Amino acid sequence: MTGKALPLRTKMATSLSRGAAALSRATGRGDGSVIGGKIGLMIDPDLLANLASGREIALISGTNGKTTTTRLTTAAMGALGQIATNSLGANMPTGHASALAKAGETRYAVLEVDEHYLDQVMTATHPRIVALLNLSRDQLDRAKEVAMMAAGWRMTLAQHPGVHIVANADDPMVAWAASSASSVTWVAAGQRWHDDSWVCPDCGSRIERENDQWWCTGCPLRRPTPQWVAVSGGVIDPAGTYRGIQLQLPGRVNLANAATALAVATFFGVPAITAVPRLAEVASIAGRYATVVREGRTIRLLLAKNPAGWLEAFDMAEPAPTLLSINARDPDGLDTSWLYDVDFSPLRGRRVLITGDRAMDLAVRLEVNDVQFEYVVSFGQALATMPPGWFEVIANYTAFQDIRAELDRVN
Amino acid sequence: MSTESTPTTESHLRLVWIYPDLLSTYGDRGNLLILARRAALRGLGVECVEVRSDSVLPEQGDIYLLGGGEDGPQAMAAQRLAADGGLHRAVVRGAVVFAVCAGYQLLGESFFAKGVQYAGLNLLDIRSDRGPSRAVGELAGEVNSALGIPTLTGFENHGGRTHLGPQAHPLAKVSVGVGNDGTTEGAWRGRVLGTYSHGPALARNPALADLLLLWATGITPAPIDDTWPERLRRERLTAVTSR
Repeated sequence: MTGKALPLRTKMATSLSRGAAALSRATGRGDGSVIGGKIGLMIDPDLLANLASGREIALISGTNGKTTTTRLTTAAMGALGQIATNSLGANMPTGHASALAKAGETRYAVLEVDEHYLDQVMTATHPRIVALLNLSRDQLDRAKEVAMMAAGWRMTLAQHPGVHIVANADDPMVAWAASSASSVTWVAAGQRWHDDSWVCPDCGSRIERENDQWWCTGCPLRRPTPQWVAVSGGVIDPAGTYRGIQLQLPGRVNLANAATALAVATFFGVPAITAVPRLAEVASIAGRYATVVREGRTIRLLLAKNPAGWLEAFDMAEPAPTLLSINARDPDGLDTSWLYDVDFSPLRGRRVLITGDRAMDLAVRLEVNDVQFEYVVSFGQALATMPPGWFEVIANYTAFQDIRAELDRVN
Repeated sequence: MSTESTPTTESHLRLVWIYPDLLSTYGDRGNLLILARRAALRGLGVECVEVRSDSVLPEQGDIYLLGGGEDGPQAMAAQRLAADGGLHRAVVRGAVVFAVCAGYQLLGESFFAKGVQYAGLNLLDIRSDRGPSRAVGELAGEVNSALGIPTLTGFENHGGRTHLGPQAHPLAKVSVGVGNDGTTEGAWRGRVLGTYSHGPALARNPALADLLLLWATGITPAPIDDTWPERLRRERLTAVTSR
């Protein structure tokens, strides 16, 4: 959009969108990341396409790690100048319009996209590159089933042959979806959660796994050879060079997210040697992974929204006292059945506290899982119960936001 | 198939989870875990067997579990179970079957998947078709008094409507949600029981879990500490009646 005149309707929509966002923040009704875009899109239905026009855009999608990978990619691409991004996790078209309107003119944009909206956002924004992280069950009372989602992506990518794809070679669903694209950079980003990819999305046969390989027993689908590999303490780049990364973010999964961010940033011409130290500057994302010190307790916040996310959270968490908080409000999904898809046994032997709207569902689940726990009515009571020292908090979406609000909207 | 070669004894309970590779969508493993725990707390030896759809179904199970699934896998599971024949023989022998959601539908005479009618297993006198809208949300209802267990509470998520024939008894009378048709929910006959309360249905219905154990062993399970399941039941039933 640099140096290009916007249609009058788009200008007006952009201006009103910014105003509404500012009003939302000033009145404390929200962070302004959605309402602005909502109003803007009412005035100019092509607002997103018009705001995207002329920019070089990267889209990041998948079930887990979108927000973090978007932040890491934006950090790495910061070497090229100002980057427009929806950093607050508002990942539907209204959020994209808000983010681009707020950023003003930039050459580049990195946008996190809800996996259901990939087709719509690719059509509106004409990205140069799309990074696909993983697919697993999420919010089962309304989300598309995993195989249907993969099939939708596959069709979308086939319809956008000019777009370069970065995709996780270790997730059979993602690999199958991305193999319809004409140019793909494969990242060995790992897959801890296997329970949504035992059956080949192409032919319905069983998928076998051995070490880091997987293959379909009934058709040629198998793990593509990756160009980027996330390994302990760093990544191996397409030239075979090991690059150590001192991430502040915990867990193996964030090294994988960093590898994806590097694949995107280097595509736009940022040298890996420039990008790597920028990744290390990211400390937390909208409260995720943030540590807060309160009365001698160091509280770390981990967000886990679905079974695959919980497995990753257990991998990151220190063996310290842990609070689990579960809600089932609209943004979380109303169904708590997924609790039985998570094996909570890694928490055995730790002091575990539980809270949240649906703490009773969690209590029954933990009892069945032989994990000892104490029920507390609130985050405040949990804090008062805890001795000084490290204190892990793992919560799903709205439970996480509630706790973050109690910690003065920590970022 | 993860079978342990433990010798079968009088007090040894075999739980068979049918085709988790096809029918396991909404935390369905929960029912297996809950039955195993409640049996173990009564001093029963428990063997859990997970049978994938490419394996022969063992016929000597005491309780068979069927979970939920998408249309394609549901149709495939029904075809493979019909071809296998093991579940029919187990039911004739007196085994218990507990099925939820898609697994419940395929126990009947017929069901619809992807707009096509499929033959079911004819283990329950029910037939399922498509409803005008998807039923998603809390489900509750008074259980048929013949079963002697308290109010059913659960979560449903299905597009089907199920019609009971004269040989099937409704499991419950719906007070919240849709269930079979907005009036009744679930069905049972003999020791075969199905419900639209999906996923870990037994987490909120410990008395139903114990009823299945009673059917399987012939022994009334001794009381155990159900403080947390009872608190969960109260919390859920209060939430749906106060709306």
